[in-house]
Amino acid sequence: MAVRHYTNLTIDRSEDLIFGRAPHPVTCGHDLTIGAGTVYPEINFTLPPMEVTESTMPAVLDQYQKIIDGVCQRAVDLQVPGLVVEFELLPPMTIEPAWGESIVALLRRALDGYHDKHGLKIALRATPTDVRDGERPVRRRSGRYWEAMRDSFRRCVSAGADMLSIESTGGKEASDDALLQCDLQTMLVALGVLGARDMAFLWDEIGEACKGTQCLSAGDTACGFANTAMVLADRKMIPKVFAAVVRTLSTVRTLVAHEHGAVGPTKDCAYEGPYIKAITGVPISLEGKSAACAHLSSIGNIAAATADLWSNESVQNVRLLGGDAPVVSLEQLAYDCRLMNIAAADGADAARMLRDWLVRSDAALDPQAYVLTPDNVIRVARAIVEADGAFARSRETIAVTLDILREGATDGPLHLNDREKHWLDMLQMQLEMIPTDEEAAIKAACLGTKPDLVPGAYEIDDDKL
Amino acid sequence: MTETTDAPKDILANIAQCVQTGKADANMNIPMGSKGQPGVAEWVDQAIAKDVPPQTILAEGLMAGLQVIGKKFAANEVFIPEVLIAARAMHAGMNKLKPLFAEQDMPSRGTFVMGTVQGDLHDIGKNLVCMLLEGAGWRIIDVGVDCAPEKLVAAIKEHPDCAVGLSALLTTTMVAMGKAVSAIRESFPDKTVIVGGAPVTEEFAKEIGASGYAPDPSAAIDLLDRLQPAA
Repeated sequence: MAVRHYTNLTIDRSEDLIFGRAPHPVTCGHDLTIGAGTVYPEINFTLPPMEVTESTMPAVLDQYQKIIDGVCQRAVDLQVPGLVVEFELLPPMTIEPAWGESIVALLRRALDGYHDKHGLKIALRATPTDVRDGERPVRRRSGRYWEAMRDSFRRCVSAGADMLSIESTGGKEASDDALLQCDLQTMLVALGVLGARDMAFLWDEIGEACKGTQCLSAGDTACGFANTAMVLADRKMIPKVFAAVVRTLSTVRTLVAHEHGAVGPTKDCAYEGPYIKAITGVPISLEGKSAACAHLSSIGNIAAATADLWSNESVQNVRLLGGDAPVVSLEQLAYDCRLMNIAAADGADAARMLRDWLVRSDAALDPQAYVLTPDNVIRVARAIVEADGAFARSRETIAVTLDILREGATDGPLHLNDREKHWLDMLQMQLEMIPTDEEAAIKAACLGTKPDLVPGAYEIDDDKL
Repeated sequence: MTETTDAPKDILANIAQCVQTGKADANMNIPMGSKGQPGVAEWVDQAIAKDVPPQTILAEGLMAGLQVIGKKFAANEVFIPEVLIAARAMHAGMNKLKPLFAEQDMPSRGTFVMGTVQGDLHDIGKNLVCMLLEGAGWRIIDVGVDCAPEKLVAAIKEHPDCAVGLSALLTTTMVAMGKAVSAIRESFPDKTVIVGGAPVTEEFAKEIGASGYAPDPSAAIDLLDRLQPAA
């Protein structure tokens, strides 16, 4: 597959980085064009506590049928301008690809019905699980889990998915410990070397699965890395400045999907999406305050500032006072989108005013929000495209992010307490010790001590460890 | 650092202090500028040379230092990496003490068998619990992710005095957690089994017959202290 190298920004002015508009919109599903001026809700849901086995599959299908009928009917009632439904397969539904396929088919039929009956513009995103770490050490490019994933990609496409995504986890064998130890060097290698190499392999496969079909090769997310960091920081286990650096660093990894053909929209939990949008121009999905049903965050408003789809991440199908949780969640998203779309309808100045309120309400309070201001997004994205190769880009991303945070805390509005400032200095020292040569950095990361890591899965010879 | 005398109490205080700052040995430059100054390993050598009993070095030097850092973590005064650095420094001292203890006498808070339940591949919550409990003096048997009940029962048979921890991160694997607890209870009705993970609640823990619920990794330490007090 031809690889596209981004050496310039597609959006190079922060004023042009705004919700609802992407330079390269995509059209999919039933008449849904994403990134052409309207922000649409993207609803996601999961099962209540129940097993997923062959014998429970009828009950599982029944759950999904009720959920999809509920959310689509509410979407019609609220007259949403369009809707994306995301189905994130649970691990057993990927390991047994036929189970995932049957749910995609069920959702497809439901979406077709609501389109035919009500004219609802609607599209379906399917997201198989990266189950490759079901066996340890993790082979990544072979074995029954990988074969199940490949099969799942194809079955989701043939069953009617309009977009294919994944939350891939290449590099996690090294990143989990690095996150807990705030080990910047290993984190860089995990994301900028291992993750990037795995993404190239994986997104060529996803591209093949989508080739010649109705299904878009959409986008990935560094959820298993940067969102893990975000949650750990929220629970005060690791510094927020480290989580902010991991976020920007994860962009380099996620970008590889687009170098290998992904056209967007990016996955909702990819908070690195704004950098991807600036670099590639593809539409992005994001989540924030209305995803608190799935996880807490300190970027609830600012995440909406550049979103083209607005998601709830996931919600269990449980009963709330207002109705079933997915229906309640859809309603919250619908109203969030209405506000953004009415601002956009009042013209570019009004849209930017709302965007800036979304940005300013979060930016000074948390470094993870601060790195997402449009100005800082452009600055980080520019550093990425000006460097050559994933490793060099990763190193540059860390450097510019630390500069942004230091400047923000020193002369700007960013509030950092003493503990966070101390860690900013620690991270700077760590950066200065990271070799500038990729092979030396791989050696320094001591990957040989990671019991689950198979070097060959990342094109690394054993003697290079 | 405590005013340096060669009095055993000062040496023990220095061990505790070095554990807190994570200075494992003289070669480490943590805290910055301390390279060449003695760390845990060197202070433990001095304590041994002064005939301080190894149990005292462990309790009043190494564990005392780690307990301080554990309390700071619980009070949100330090982050996990600082706890891990302290635990690593403590291990530098433990390595010096090991030869002085007969294998069976090596003091330990107890054995803790920890796993993520069947069908669930999440590592990091399990790893955090393991790290913090190890720092609190527990011997950890990490049985990994996607653990079938039989695997857990086999691990308990191998370590009959252990306490057990189970983690689940998905609503659809909470059911597997219930099955794991049932399987454990069948063979070991009185076994201490604690549970945790994003979708797990106190009520759910009671419902499946677990001994207790820890909402976060550091809560697991206190919970085990209550359920299975140190001898």
